[in-house]
Amino acid sequence: MRIPLSWLREYVDVTIPVAELAERLTRSGLEVDSIEHIGGTQAELPWDPALVLVCNILEVTQHPNADRLVLATVEYAPGNTHTVVTGAPNLYEYKGLGRLTHPLKSVFAREGAVLFDGHVAEKVKVKLKGKPVRGVMSDAMLCSEKELGLSEEHEGILILPADAPVGMSLVEYIGDTVVDIDVLPNMARTLSLVGMAREIAALTNQTLRLPNPAVATSGADANATFKVTIATPELCPRFTASVVRNVTIKPSPFWMQRRLIMAGMRPINNIVDISNYVMLELGTPNHTFDADCVAEAHIVVRNAHADEQLKTLDGRTHTLNPSHLLVCDTTKALSVAGVMGGESSEVSDRTQNVLVEAAVWEPTIIRRMSTAFKLRSEASKRFERGVDTEMLDLAQRRLCQLLHDYADGVVAPGMVDVRSVPVRDVTITLTNAEVKRILGLDFTAAQISDLLTPLGFGCTVNTSTSLEVTVPSYRRDVSHTADLCEEVARMFGYDNLPSTIMADELPTQRTNLALEREHFVRDVLSGAGLNEAITYSLTSLASAANLDPAEADATNYLHLANPLSSEREYMRRAILPTLLESAAVNLRERGSTRLFEVGRVYHRRDDAILPAEPLRVAIVMAGQRTNASWHDAVPETVDFFDIKGVVELLCERLQITSIRIAPSDADYLQPGRAAQLIAHTGAGEVVIGHFGELHPDARERFAMPTVRVAVAEFALDTLLELANVPRYTSISRYPASSQDLALVAPVTVSAETIAASIRKYAGAALSSIELFDVYTGANLGEGMRSLAYRLTFRSSERTLGDDEITKLRAKIIRGVEHETGAKMRA
Amino acid sequence: MSIIDQLAAIEQAALAALETITTSDAIGEWKSNYLGKQGAIAKLSRELGTLPSDQRPAAGQRFNAVRAVLDEAFAAREATISQAAQQQAFGQDAVDVTLPGRLPVVGRLHPSTRVLRMITDIFADMGFQVWESPEVETDTLNFGLLNIPEDHPARDMWDTFYIETAPGAEKVLLRTHTSPGQIHAMRAHAPNPVRVILPGKCYRYEQVTTRHEMMFHQVEGIAVGQHITFSDLKGTLIGFAERLYGAGTKTRFRPSYFPFTEPSVELDVECFLCKGAGCRICKQSGWLEVSGAGMIHPTVLRNGGYDPDVYSGFAFGMGPERITMLRHGIDDIRWFFSGDERFLQQFV
Repeated sequence: MRIPLSWLREYVDVTIPVAELAERLTRSGLEVDSIEHIGGTQAELPWDPALVLVCNILEVTQHPNADRLVLATVEYAPGNTHTVVTGAPNLYEYKGLGRLTHPLKSVFAREGAVLFDGHVAEKVKVKLKGKPVRGVMSDAMLCSEKELGLSEEHEGILILPADAPVGMSLVEYIGDTVVDIDVLPNMARTLSLVGMAREIAALTNQTLRLPNPAVATSGADANATFKVTIATPELCPRFTASVVRNVTIKPSPFWMQRRLIMAGMRPINNIVDISNYVMLELGTPNHTFDADCVAEAHIVVRNAHADEQLKTLDGRTHTLNPSHLLVCDTTKALSVAGVMGGESSEVSDRTQNVLVEAAVWEPTIIRRMSTAFKLRSEASKRFERGVDTEMLDLAQRRLCQLLHDYADGVVAPGMVDVRSVPVRDVTITLTNAEVKRILGLDFTAAQISDLLTPLGFGCTVNTSTSLEVTVPSYRRDVSHTADLCEEVARMFGYDNLPSTIMADELPTQRTNLALEREHFVRDVLSGAGLNEAITYSLTSLASAANLDPAEADATNYLHLANPLSSEREYMRRAILPTLLESAAVNLRERGSTRLFEVGRVYHRRDDAILPAEPLRVAIVMAGQRTNASWHDAVPETVDFFDIKGVVELLCERLQITSIRIAPSDADYLQPGRAAQLIAHTGAGEVVIGHFGELHPDARERFAMPTVRVAVAEFALDTLLELANVPRYTSISRYPASSQDLALVAPVTVSAETIAASIRKYAGAALSSIELFDVYTGANLGEGMRSLAYRLTFRSSERTLGDDEITKLRAKIIRGVEHETGAKMRA
Repeated sequence: MSIIDQLAAIEQAALAALETITTSDAIGEWKSNYLGKQGAIAKLSRELGTLPSDQRPAAGQRFNAVRAVLDEAFAAREATISQAAQQQAFGQDAVDVTLPGRLPVVGRLHPSTRVLRMITDIFADMGFQVWESPEVETDTLNFGLLNIPEDHPARDMWDTFYIETAPGAEKVLLRTHTSPGQIHAMRAHAPNPVRVILPGKCYRYEQVTTRHEMMFHQVEGIAVGQHITFSDLKGTLIGFAERLYGAGTKTRFRPSYFPFTEPSVELDVECFLCKGAGCRICKQSGWLEVSGAGMIHPTVLRNGGYDPDVYSGFAFGMGPERITMLRHGIDDIRWFFSGDERFLQQFV
């Protein structure tokens, strides 16, 4: 809401500097978005009070050497004249008329004045300098709105009202300050100058001055000529109509246009401008019909018939249905109630008599219609938020007065007034105990009354601890004691209320183990050199198909009804696709990538309207294992065993023991470099997820360079449930003894099989087993592999003797050979 | 020359020779030459027997004194030499300390995660526990139960992504705020007091720009009990602001509007970049908005299972991305969900 201060001052005295006013408003819930200065010293284009003046054009003559230029003789101070060269087309009509008999006021700028350049689209400041134009000295000018920074208008010079005082500086005449305020949805009462003035009066201890227009009437009473029927009383609490005859359509007065422009509206003609002016002034949207287009002089408010058509003022034709509300006559629809007028009854140049509607509509119906027809207007905005039914009388008087004064109309006495809902006062009992319970501060009933009364609430103090509060008609947002507590707090000042530490009982504190472990996983993975990414939960089927074409089945996905783009249309079922898109960018930009993400995925459920949202962890690693540096100019690149190492670390840090790793046949992984993590749970074996190297086909679909891309994605919920607290094992005081063991077996015998066999036969004395060499070579034979282990033996009770170790070694070799077929390497 | 004179000559010669020695080999040789069993002093001492017996004790003492002097000189010289040798070895082993170190490969947490943890840690100290609730919600939970009926103008405050559902089925949407969690948490706790913090992802149907994302995090907190007041809300938020932005941080409480709170408030903190003077970041206001809050609306309390005449509570919400952007001077929110490591690597 844009509030020109000069206009505001009509209703309330502004006694404090504008910056202070803005701070007070902001601190009372009316957040000031900007303060715009027009013409003054703080303005974008200050008008020099000595150089930019109101002038009167005395005579206009043809420029001797240029057809399209004229010379204007202007009086810029009583008795002082100057000749100005101008090309303003709106002066041509005065050319050669000699000394003008009527005043023709404009804006005169003298040499040295700084103005905007009227000939370029941008706002470029130029300083006026004297120079001859086609042989005539030009050292002053008459200004267009654009040159003054008032608008984009540069078609002609600005014509001021005839009574503009010659010689007065323009800044004194029309300089202003406009305060732009964000009005919250519950502050509908301030969507008008009067509403804002009422709030400011309460905040600054001033008195509100409501307009009190006097209207001269004549002719037949409006009630005798027009009839109004409300068929849907629940949707139209009140409807009023006035009749104004013999109006003249013409531009509205300069001051009204100025105010409309400053408030952000465009002047059209006197009838439209008066309608808008009263809406801005009083907060009551209204509509003017051509009275002669209303069949049988009978207005009917009713629901639309099925498929009824109405062409609105914007030229669009709407097909309506019975959920829509119309203002009609007995034969046709005239307007969409409270939203937009229809073309058939539009005020035009031929209009003589007008019917002025000021009504209040049920907010919900207005919102539905303005949404359905995509017609959000200043009027619908106010109706949606609630308009004061009791402001209509004043609004009608004001409309009639302005139509009389500025459209030469003859106002019919009387006003058609149909009330569907009787006026009813809302009264709330408020106790100081309730105020204390909500706000935490003790007020007496009298103090509360003092805070609420300036806002227009009627307060009757019953006792020192209780009062009756009557809510004014313009405060329909107040219906509970909580609403009144807010008003008490607002007027007292939020910043003046105490701030306290909660004294209420502390709820039982519980440990959120799942969340703690989730944090721990993030710490482990970042500690393992992975950067945490958070990617979009929304994705496309194409992206899912890049990982695995089988995943592109739309029926498995939650689909947005109103996506913003085709790239973010479906709720992801897995993290890897979006994470791989990021990884591809990183590979391109940095040559390597190390990412992980912990987040939710969304799985449709047949038996519930809401999806399951399981927690996942995904990892992508590719490119150089470490950053290249002078220590290692060409680091090795990541492969399967890097991701496996991370998986092992994660399981070890979570102390998950009931888990095994097995080959995987996941389609998106390269066969032979694909593994799955399998958990043993109470419900049997569960696959936690897959990891390995991305299949080259998938890698190409993500437009990644030809490097090994190691990926993993696991069900983190399940994994976290398997986590354990570490158990301490005592540290032996006795020395260790190690033995190396190289075993040759077919490559089809997995390393884990051999290691498990060693552990089994070594028994409790084995304190660690470390695979330190893997070798395949022709000398071993086709398909054979040597695995070299370093076994460390240590007892917690004594020093193991050499012969004991030797015996143990022999036992292990026998056992492993027997169980796995592996042989000691020769 | 008497034995004593000879001894003095040896002493002088030994000390003079020691002065010129710079290597450990040479000092070893010197030691055996003078102090060894076959050294000059030992040899000379064998002649002590030729002295008259009354002179022997004094001469013996003299021998001992010279030995002591030479021993001491030897030790000092040896220390000097070995120090010099070590210095030389150090010199050869020296590195250019300005050469880059061997960096361990360590990843970084997402900046939003960091800030979320800071926020939840601060509130944990005040007894708020983390409570999580779904991201995909019903229209009823996201709006209806929070006192935002259909066709209410306040719905304009939340542009919403809806999920396609069968005609006539309940509307499903991506939560536009973490506030549905209020209802979940209250219903799980009522009539016991509740103090929880609700972090999580939210979504808005909004064109993505440098300042607006379609996905973002929010942290919401609620406290409900029989003695919770607006003053408690102020104390809690001021406590939070001072923890996050430093003790003595100036705050401003402005009336605001949220359908699910009454009274509603917006918390501003003094812009920490310009100290309130006004700058580009705070849009010349000197203040930064950090949280929307208020006393939980009676209707919402009732929907959560509490009698609003007996119980009261407050709720507050804030955006970790916005806090992160201000904290680190990030001017484009679109980096947050890009997964770009050039962005992620900039944070600790």
